[in-house]
Amino acid sequence: MARMIPDQTFYPSPSMAMSAPPETLAYVAMLNPQGGSDALAVLDVDASSKAYGRQVSQLDMPKTGDELHHFGWNACSSCLCPFASHPHMERRYLVVPGLRSSRIHILDTKADPAKPRLVKVIEPEEVAKKTGYSRPHTTHCGPDGIYMNAIGSADGTGPGGIFVLDPDTFEIQGRWEQDRGPQYLAYDFWWHLGHDTMITSEWGTPDMVENGVNPELLLAGKYGHQLHVWDLQKRRHRQVLDLGAEYQMALELRPAHDPKKAYGFVGVVVSLKDLSSSIWVWHRNGSGWAVTKVLDIPAEPAAAADLPPLLKGFNAVPPLVTDINLSLDDRQLYVSCWGTGELRQYDVSDPFKPKLTGSVHIGGIVRRATHPYHPATPLNGGPQMVEVSRDGRRVYFTNSLYQSWDEQFYPDGVRGWIAKIDAKPDGCALDPKFFLDTGKLRPHQVHLEGGDASSDSYCFS
Amino acid sequence: MLLFLGAFHGINPGMGWLFAVALGMQENRSAAVWRAILPIGVGHACAVAAAVALGLLAGVVLPVDAIRWPVAAILIMLGVLRLLRHRHPRYGSMRIGPGGLTIWSFLIATAHGAGLMVLPVWLRMSAVPGDHSAHVHATTTLASGLAATAVHSGSYLIVTAAIAWIVFHKLGVGLLRKAWINLDLIWASALIVSGALTMLLPPA
Repeated sequence: MARMIPDQTFYPSPSMAMSAPPETLAYVAMLNPQGGSDALAVLDVDASSKAYGRQVSQLDMPKTGDELHHFGWNACSSCLCPFASHPHMERRYLVVPGLRSSRIHILDTKADPAKPRLVKVIEPEEVAKKTGYSRPHTTHCGPDGIYMNAIGSADGTGPGGIFVLDPDTFEIQGRWEQDRGPQYLAYDFWWHLGHDTMITSEWGTPDMVENGVNPELLLAGKYGHQLHVWDLQKRRHRQVLDLGAEYQMALELRPAHDPKKAYGFVGVVVSLKDLSSSIWVWHRNGSGWAVTKVLDIPAEPAAAADLPPLLKGFNAVPPLVTDINLSLDDRQLYVSCWGTGELRQYDVSDPFKPKLTGSVHIGGIVRRATHPYHPATPLNGGPQMVEVSRDGRRVYFTNSLYQSWDEQFYPDGVRGWIAKIDAKPDGCALDPKFFLDTGKLRPHQVHLEGGDASSDSYCFS
Repeated sequence: MLLFLGAFHGINPGMGWLFAVALGMQENRSAAVWRAILPIGVGHACAVAAAVALGLLAGVVLPVDAIRWPVAAILIMLGVLRLLRHRHPRYGSMRIGPGGLTIWSFLIATAHGAGLMVLPVWLRMSAVPGDHSAHVHATTTLASGLAATAVHSGSYLIVTAAIAWIVFHKLGVGLLRKAWINLDLIWASALIVSGALTMLLPPA
């Protein structure tokens, strides 16, 4: 039933959302690498609670082999957008796709937010029949529906693309693209609602990624290295922004939250020249768009004995920037270096001149840095999916990337953990009280109760 | 009644003023707000005029007393649909031009049944007292149809412009979180009540 006033987790602008109360729960996608069901875990993140930093519930998925990865809400602040307003919806359901199984789960958090219930499952066959796609990845609540993308076609090749779910019934409405132009690879998507523009990024088709990173394809520069600019309303491809084949895997897209601003950040996993990672900014350029590299993060020298077989020949450990996240005021950019085991904080008030303002080390292929909670236990995996609270003061992160890739870079088997940093505009530090060992289950994306820095989009600045 | 209906649509953030305010904020100047108001008003007026024109056409063919039954049925149906689900047309974006705004406003007003709601009032205005089987009289009805459209749209436009100005310059959009009450729910109920009244009350 519709509400009488808007859902109080909806905010017209990102600056207003920064005044939201601190979250008390976090939802985490958990991969089960041992063949059992994946799960959605709920964490108590209320600093005043006795169970602070602990898991309070776990919902197992009905079938196995999902590879839960990213997920999202059914509704968010974009419901206040004036051209398609439906402000009396509830932020209530989590849309949780399986990246490997293509099964989409709808979870209801209303009755007990700490204990979501499974209320609907969309089977892979239905996704394939209605969209022609498979391997659903990103979910964003749009002004007029739930947008999802998929990295492949139904047969496990390309193209990958976007599809839309009805926000009331969760029925798949079909493919989004009217004209996809040259776009073939897919990974992430997001938009600039104020500029009626969608941006999409590129990883690889399912047959390029599901059995692990393929060194031949990588060295040949075959993984994704382009961004695509789309007309959001007309659903047409407008422009290719090519980073160059040297820059392999352009993944997470973080557009400025302020709808007036026309720029955003994308992280590139690896450069073929020197194994560095890089951060790029896409931005308006006359009537079109352009992309500019603003940051290189170099590889670190390492002894071959400390490296997994895939990297032995290079005598270096690549930073492997696999996720980035932007605070709601568009000032702090957090950069996960999954290979070197580092989480960096940059001041990006001037997006073209990022300034390093903070860094913590934890895990890493070679470093195996410890957490103050267990100072004697070396950790593997590294900062990966990172999520920023609405007020920008707390940053949560997890250590697993993708099962088959985990095994290549951490052959001893990633042991799951979730950590948190406390952040100020000019620095950050690990919260010594917040460390959750998830054991055999591997955590991936985190979303926070009521919204966070990657869950909502806004039409007012 | 027509004045009130127009004002009621004007107040609803989803029917126009909020879009004007958002476009003003996007460009960071009040001129953008004012540029948006007129197309939004024209779109709304067209939606009302279209419904009245349909009623007029039907009135030339059928007795007034016969039109009120389908009008009542459609009003109730639309009201029930809108109670069950809040649908809206998929049209519009933050880069919309004046033509697009006119179409957007037309679609939104039509989807809300803005013109449809004017029909019962107009039917009563057009009824020939004492003669229930009468057809509408083309000239007088055309005049009353135009009048109905003008009165409704005028009051809509004034309220829309006034609220857009106050919110853009004084109040800010933060008020939406508490003040955006579910007018659609009230409106859907009003559609049903109005349909029922049209059905029950014979023309004067």
